[in-house]
Amino acid sequence: MNAKQILTTLMMVLALIVVGSTAMAADMPEQVSLDTMVELFDAVEFDHEMHTELGEDCSVCHHHTTGTGTTDDRCISCHANSDELATVACVNCHVIDPFSSEQLSQKSQEIYRFHIDKPGLKAAYHWNCIGCHEEMDGPTGCEDCHARTPEGDAFYHKDATGHADEGSNH
Amino acid sequence: MSGISRRKFLAASVAAGAATTLAGPKKALAVGSFSGYPDSMGVLVDLTRCIGCRSCEAACNKEQQLPDPNLPFDDMSVFDQTFHHGTQKRRTDESAYTVVNRYKPEGRDPIYRKVQCNHCAEPACLSSCFVNAYTKTKEGAVIYNGSVCVGCRNCMIACPFNVPAYSYSSAFGPVIKKCIFCYDTRLKDGKPPACVEICPQEALTFGKRKDLLKIGHQRIQTHPGRYIDRIYGEKELGGTHWMYLSPIPVEEVGFDPRPGNEPIISHVKDFLGVVPMVLAIWPALFTGFHLLAKNQEGHDDHEHETGHQQGSGQKHDDEGGQQ
Repeated sequence: MNAKQILTTLMMVLALIVVGSTAMAADMPEQVSLDTMVELFDAVEFDHEMHTELGEDCSVCHHHTTGTGTTDDRCISCHANSDELATVACVNCHVIDPFSSEQLSQKSQEIYRFHIDKPGLKAAYHWNCIGCHEEMDGPTGCEDCHARTPEGDAFYHKDATGHADEGSNH
Repeated sequence: MSGISRRKFLAASVAAGAATTLAGPKKALAVGSFSGYPDSMGVLVDLTRCIGCRSCEAACNKEQQLPDPNLPFDDMSVFDQTFHHGTQKRRTDESAYTVVNRYKPEGRDPIYRKVQCNHCAEPACLSSCFVNAYTKTKEGAVIYNGSVCVGCRNCMIACPFNVPAYSYSSAFGPVIKKCIFCYDTRLKDGKPPACVEICPQEALTFGKRKDLLKIGHQRIQTHPGRYIDRIYGEKELGGTHWMYLSPIPVEEVGFDPRPGNEPIISHVKDFLGVVPMVLAIWPALFTGFHLLAKNQEGHDDHEHETGHQQGSGQKHDDEGGQQ
């Protein structure tokens, strides 16, 4: 590798860092509406800006996709220096329908896939939110984050007023 | 002459008996060695993920059009319910094909375990049903035909997980009720059951059983200390299609820790394998004995008339009476 090649590489890396950081700053949303699966519960208006101030770095939630490296022992061997991805929204990796027949057949066709146990979007949200909230005394009840819809009330049989019948369980 | 034919007949009987004894176990072995349909589906239940929200119970109630519950599905007081003087937690019944129970191991957060049919590869309920109401589908579900169920409740006794419930509330024609893996409305179209789809924590992972085993072992490997090194249902009772990952020994969350790896049918197959043989051979065998005995009488008559051999005194008397 001669001096010119080294210089070119360095320039490219520098350019990537600059582009990456400006893109990150420009694209980072203040508020994210988590509304892709609204049915039983209303959308969650997620205060992204507030959470970025709490988190030590982006990788706590965004893993290796924001170009900020990762500290997770399980990820570091492949993703210590991963570049920022074009899209970093949760839904870009965590699908809404992880168990649909399309997803499952795609999964079984990709026999060299390493990430065979990637959670769907709903689980990715809940693990991230509840896990952190438990540690930091944030809200953890269902309706602390999203209000239940009338469909949700019917689904959980809100109006059931009977009492537990001790004798019914044989 | 009659002595020779009797000897021949007895020899044939012994041969038939020997064939029964030899053929019985051979056939029964074939029954016990079913290793499951190749692409059948299953669910991996991860007890470290469940938060006890009971959404799966609500989803099951809606999907299976079960009666309204006594208490709302977000009422967590049900976890304190016990039965039979506190020895039994909630179990499935005719109005709830799945229930979540809470366990409080010492020195750690509660663990919640969902109960439903585990959809055995070789179901004991199916083996025990004498009207063939049960079917193990190629998708992995254990379903049943309520219209042929006679309500004998053999399957309730046979099931190692106490799952099939009885519609005691029905005065006329009570039948067995249990989880069918949402076969009719979802599984047969390749969709996950309603409980899996609603779970906010992905405590329930739906997929091909063989893939779930890979995933389960990977989770154990990549999260040291999080799980015990066991997938309950991988081998237990010949393998089940609903399997469990647990952070603590399984007996602490209400499982039988040593149910054995043999399917229930293995304990009875030697005996049951002989039953069809008995049914097939015995009528022929005893008809043969009967005919021989009858034939003997024929010989007596014939021989008496021709005067070659003496018949019984009774025969003479009868014939004398007739003349």
